[in-house]
Amino acid sequence: MQQPRLALATLTALACTTTALTTALISPSAQAQGVAYVTSEKDNALAIVDLKTLTVTGSLPTCKRPRHMARTPDGKQLLVACGDSNQADIIDIATRKSVGKLALGDDPEAFDISPDGKTLYASNEDEGALSIIDMASGKVTKSVPVGKEPEGVKVSHDGKTVWVTSEAASLVHVIDAATGTVTKSIKVGKRPRRFALTPDGKQLWVTNELGASVTVLSTTDYAVLGTINFELKGARAADITPVGITMTRDGKRAFVALGRANHVAFVDVTTRQVTEQVLVGKRAWNVALNKAEDRLLVVNGLSDDITVVDVAAAKALKSIPVGRVPYMALVVE
Amino acid sequence: MRPVLRRMLALAACAVTAAAAALGPVTALAASFKATLLLRDDDPRLERSRTERPALGHPGGAVAAAVALALQDSKVELDAAGATLVLDTVKVASAAAAKDAATKAEAAGAAAVLADLPADWLLAVVDGSRLPVLNLGEAADRLREADCRPRLLHLMPSERMRADALAQTLAARRWSQILLLVGPTDDDRSRATSARAAIKRYGLKLVGDKPFKLSADPRERDLANPLLLTGVAGSSAYDAVWVVDSDGEFARSLPYRTALPRPVVGDAGLVALAWHATFERFGAPQVSRRFAKVANRPMGGQDWAAWLAGKALVGAAVAAPKGPAAAFQKALADGEVDGSKGLGLSFRPWDGQLRQPLLLGDGQSVVALAPVDGILHPKNTLDTLGADAPEKLCKAR
Repeated sequence: MQQPRLALATLTALACTTTALTTALISPSAQAQGVAYVTSEKDNALAIVDLKTLTVTGSLPTCKRPRHMARTPDGKQLLVACGDSNQADIIDIATRKSVGKLALGDDPEAFDISPDGKTLYASNEDEGALSIIDMASGKVTKSVPVGKEPEGVKVSHDGKTVWVTSEAASLVHVIDAATGTVTKSIKVGKRPRRFALTPDGKQLWVTNELGASVTVLSTTDYAVLGTINFELKGARAADITPVGITMTRDGKRAFVALGRANHVAFVDVTTRQVTEQVLVGKRAWNVALNKAEDRLLVVNGLSDDITVVDVAAAKALKSIPVGRVPYMALVVE
Repeated sequence: MRPVLRRMLALAACAVTAAAAALGPVTALAASFKATLLLRDDDPRLERSRTERPALGHPGGAVAAAVALALQDSKVELDAAGATLVLDTVKVASAAAAKDAATKAEAAGAAAVLADLPADWLLAVVDGSRLPVLNLGEAADRLREADCRPRLLHLMPSERMRADALAQTLAARRWSQILLLVGPTDDDRSRATSARAAIKRYGLKLVGDKPFKLSADPRERDLANPLLLTGVAGSSAYDAVWVVDSDGEFARSLPYRTALPRPVVGDAGLVALAWHATFERFGAPQVSRRFAKVANRPMGGQDWAAWLAGKALVGAAVAAPKGPAAAFQKALADGEVDGSKGLGLSFRPWDGQLRQPLLLGDGQSVVALAPVDGILHPKNTLDTLGADAPEKLCKAR
C-alpha cells in the first residue's frame, strides 16, 4: 500500500547550502563526521548512517532481532539487545567489530546501564521480568518479576533506582537497585513505553502509547506532576501513539515520536506545551539527537527509514532508507 | 470430557488458584471480586475432528486457558491496585442449566459472568441474574440487534463486523464483482444476509448468488461441484468468490478449485478474524506466545476474545479496587481495554459490542487490517465495522 512519504528532495537541495553554512557556524558537529547506528529488527544488522552526507555508508551484522542500543558509560562499546538471541551483542565502536556477547534473559527488549558501568538492567518482554546483570561476570544476578510486557528501562543518575514500564499493566515500577525489589508501582496512562529523565533527575517522563500522552512523574514522591496530551490536526486521539522520547542535555526541550500519527512533537519541558509538530515517516517509533542537538533522527518502523529533522527550523530534511523494520537510532560522534 | 479439555481446565483452575493465593496476604483489606465462566459441556464445536484441523476462524479448543492466562498476566497489576479476582468455571449442558448457573453465581457473590455459549443459552444466562454477561464466542448479529440486552457485552466481533471488514478490504483492492456462495444451514442464511448488506454498503456488486451443498450425488452436482458453481456460462465474470459456510468443510476445499483464477474469501481463503497467531504487530507475538505456552496450541479469535474478557475484568477491578460490585460493573462496561491490536478498545454503548480492528488473514499471514486506510467515519473509524449508533437496531438499550 502506498504510504505517506515526504517529498522533500527538491526542498532539501535548496535548503542544504544554507543549512550547511549556518550549522558550520553554530555547530562543530557538522564537521565531526558522526554516524548513527540504526537497528533493524528483520535484518539482524545495524545500518550505519553518515550524519554529514545523510547516506547509509555500511551495515554491521549483529545478533537476531536487534532492538534497543546503548553505549557503555566509558563510551567505548555499543551494546545491542537482540530479542531472538536472548543476548546483547557487544560492539567495539573504534573498530566496529563485535567483541563479545552478554546473556540478557528471555526476549530482551530494552535496557539501561548503571552510571558506574557495572550493572545492566534489561526488560524481558515474555517473562514479565527485569533481569539484573553483572557486566563483569556476565551473570544474571537477579530476575525481578514485574507486570507483563515490560519495556522501557531507566536507571537514576545516582544508580540507586531503576524504573521499568509494564505495557500490559499500565504501570511504572520503581525498583531499588541494591535489593532488586519493587518498592512502588505507579499507574500511568495506557500502554506506557519509554522514559526520559530531566537532567536534575527530578522528573520522569513516560510515554503512553494508547493514552496519546506523556505522564510526568516526580521522582521524589511519584506524584503525577502533569500529563501532556497530544493533539494533531486531522488525527484522532486513537491514531496518536507516543513511544520514543528524548530530551536535550539542558532539559529544556523534549522530543516525542507520535507513532501512528507519523509526526514527532517538540515539547517545552518547563511549560509542558507542544511547540512544534513535524511530519516524518510511517509509525514514528524512536528518536535520537545528535551531539550538537541541531538534528533529530526519527526512526520510522513502518516505512523502513529514518527521518532527519532540522531542530531549529522544525523541518524534515531527508528520509533515509535503512533496512527492514527499523527500531532505534544511536548517534556516535 | 475429553482428556485434552480436562487437562486444560485443570491448568486454568490451578493458575487462578495460584494467582489468588499469591495475592491473598498482600490484599487482605481490599475487595475480592468473583466471576463465573460458563462453558458448554461436550461443545460440538470442540469435537476432535474439528479442533485437530480447525477451519480458519473456528475455535481450536476450550477458551478457559485464555481467561486464566489473562488473570495470570495481570497478577502484578491487580496486586498494585490491591484487588483480587477469583474465577470459577462451570460447565453447562443446556440453556436451562446455564440460566441456573448464572443465578447460582449471583447468589455466591459473583460480579460478572463470562460465557462461551450459543445465542439462546446466552439470553437464558442474562435472564438468570442481574449480572453483566460477557459473550466470549457467539458472533450472531441478532444478539446485537433484535435480541440485544442491556447487560450483555460482546467480545467476539459480530458477523456483520466480519462481513464489513471483508467488504472494505475487497473495495480497497477494487475487487468489486462478487460471486456469493451460500451454505444450507440457518446460520449460513443469516450470515449471507450480513454479507449481502456489506457488499451493498461498500459499493461492491453481487454478480451471482447461489446456494451450495456438500454432496457427491451426481444428480445435485450443480449444487456441489466447485467448477460448476463458479463457471461463468450464462453469468458475468467475478473478481472474487465469497463463500458463506459456517461448517467450513465445503469452503476449505474451494480455493484453487474455482473455474476462473480468482481468490476465495469469506469462510476460506481470505477470512476476517478477531485474532491470528501469525499477527506480528502491536505486541501481538508476545500474547500469542504466552497463550501457546499454557494451551499448547496457537491462539485463535475465540481465545483472544476470552483473554480480553479476562483483561476487561482486571481493568474493572483495578478501576474500582474497593468495590462495590456496582462500581466494578460500571467500570467494566465503560472501560477501555488493550487487546494488543494497536488501539484502546471499548464497548459500544448502543449494543454492547466491543469495537475493534479485525485481521484479514489466510492462515499463513495477516494480509490486511480493517478498517482499511481511507475509510472515514464522523466519530470513530472502528464504528465502520458493524451496527452503528444511528441505525438504532438495539431497542433494549
